[in-house]
Amino acid sequence: MTDAPVNLVTATGLEPADEPASSSRAPRRKPRTRAAKPPKEPKRKITWDRIKAQRVLLLMAVPLLMYQILFKYVPVYGWAIAFQDYKPGRGSIWNQEWVGFENFVDLFTGVNGERFRRVVVNTLGQSILTLVVGTVGAIVLALLLNEVKNLPFKRIMQNITYMPHFLSWVIVASLASVALSLPSSGGFINQGLMNLGLVDEPILFLTEPNHFWGIVAGTSLWKELGWNTILYLAAITAIDPSLYEAAEVDGAGRWRKMWNITLPGIRPTIVVLLIINSGWILSTNFELPYFLGNGLISETAETIDVFVLRYGYQLGNYSLAVVAGIFKTVVAIILVGSANMAAKRLNQETLV
Amino acid sequence: MSSTVASKPLEQRASRKNRSPRNKWTPERIIFTTLNTSFLVLLAALMLYPLLNTLAISLNDGMDAVRGGIGIWPRVFSLKNYEVVFNMDSIYQAFIMSVLKTVVVVATNLVFTSMLAYALSRKEFIFRRPITLIFVLTLYFDAGLIPNYLLIKDLGMLNSFQAYWVPVIISAFNLIILRTYMKSIPEEITESARIDGAGEFRTWWQIIMPLCKPVLAVVGLFVAVGSWNAWLDTLLYNSGDPALTTLQYELQKLLASSMNAGANSGNSAANAAAVGAGGQLTTPIALRSAITMVAAIPILLVYPFLQKHFVSGLMIGSVKG
Repeated sequence: MTDAPVNLVTATGLEPADEPASSSRAPRRKPRTRAAKPPKEPKRKITWDRIKAQRVLLLMAVPLLMYQILFKYVPVYGWAIAFQDYKPGRGSIWNQEWVGFENFVDLFTGVNGERFRRVVVNTLGQSILTLVVGTVGAIVLALLLNEVKNLPFKRIMQNITYMPHFLSWVIVASLASVALSLPSSGGFINQGLMNLGLVDEPILFLTEPNHFWGIVAGTSLWKELGWNTILYLAAITAIDPSLYEAAEVDGAGRWRKMWNITLPGIRPTIVVLLIINSGWILSTNFELPYFLGNGLISETAETIDVFVLRYGYQLGNYSLAVVAGIFKTVVAIILVGSANMAAKRLNQETLV
Repeated sequence: MSSTVASKPLEQRASRKNRSPRNKWTPERIIFTTLNTSFLVLLAALMLYPLLNTLAISLNDGMDAVRGGIGIWPRVFSLKNYEVVFNMDSIYQAFIMSVLKTVVVVATNLVFTSMLAYALSRKEFIFRRPITLIFVLTLYFDAGLIPNYLLIKDLGMLNSFQAYWVPVIISAFNLIILRTYMKSIPEEITESARIDGAGEFRTWWQIIMPLCKPVLAVVGLFVAVGSWNAWLDTLLYNSGDPALTTLQYELQKLLASSMNAGANSGNSAANAAAVGAGGQLTTPIALRSAITMVAAIPILLVYPFLQKHFVSGLMIGSVKG
């Protein structure tokens, strides 16, 4: 719950398990002298002897496995609430009235249906816009940074653009709300727009529903732009330099090389990151809508997570909130699965 | 045209770098470099401005700050806002709690995640695959906010320090990074340790862990950032006990109240004077800026020191091949 944004980026690590080493890594790896070793591992049976021999490794892993199961899988018992008319006053969840799928029907079609549909649309709109803007921005910045030959300058630029990633969403929202306010309260965006003559009057950004998705995408771009370039820059570094030399001999200019060598070269990275992020389409954008959203713009601001927190946790309407949460998890698993399958079919890199 | 674009330092560098044909300063390259550099400098300015602006406001006299128009330099320099902030009991308490929580979470998370990563990095380990899968699945599988809350409640951890660190002693992402790094350590090292009579625990703690220092620094930074920046855990589990409040949560409360005031009545919140503890006069906008800086500065101080490590560590851990 606490470190998702960081990990959006690092998650490419999912795969490295059993990939053959690529050209960039190969030289670092020692050539295996004992050729007998690798083949014998994979198809060994689980026997008591082996379990006994590995008891220390088991001791290191199994308690932690239990732990993870307790904190990540056991809470699923709370899903029972989705099928109940849950009243906190009645005590534990085993002491509640069961109502079948009533809550599901209510959330998707009933009195709350309209609100919930809007919430889903908002979540998708904000996430997809953020993802597209963020991915394109990061690729462009990585390409531009890659063209910088002056290393100290490049390093300074990288350091500055990484920095916002380390600020919390609370701080970012606080900075954004100041930046977007009226010039008299320090709203330098309005000030800048007016100085440039683009608008005559300051825009009340945070009271206009039409601007909210853009605000979320823009603010997220500010926070994560530099950070998201790290993996693209690494992927660019791994491209075989002889490809560029060959293209140069053929008379390719800077743009041709970018378009025909660099972009295809980082395509696997782009695909893997898109697959990874597809699973979070319904989970991202929690903080900004929660902090920056208000009554005036809730029709475009409220997302599923905000709905769950406000409606469920704060107003005590647990059952509907749990239904919304189940919906989110199920969709996430389906999305990652199908993105992965689509990538497989297109013969791209896949996650699992 | 192109000769007017070329500035003096560029020409100087050109003469130094003229060795290979790829480094030739053609007119096209000069134009591109100029445009690219200006764009990047502009971008960096955009990245820095909001923070520098907040810093300037926080270092400005509160009553004066309300007049607006402060750029990146304080107009009437004053440290009063920070005095007021640190004289507020709730903020002082929250600062201490944030530090304590971050230290405990980093320590426990690093020890447990790396111990598990070690076991899962061992090729001969029988349950390596299923266990890895169970952890990786948790990246996407989340029971949800309310079920998680109920579990913490049923475990009796509401309004306790335990709610901060016990649920997060393992992070699946960092597990993968650490495991990948450990896999890249030649097996000969573990084997020779075993021949010398070291058990698994000893091999992990005394041989593997020291070799993992760079990646541990990175993972530690990630965990620290996550823990320091978290506010939802305080809201959900510990908002009932003022002694357990955290800096980000206090800032969030402040933000929420000023957002509501701002949305309902235009600009009045920013203009009302606030009297902090100790009878000193300041304003909400200056106060919020100061708290924002107090919440931001510790993490901004830490990351440049680990920066060198984290790019390399992140690469090793995350990019395949």
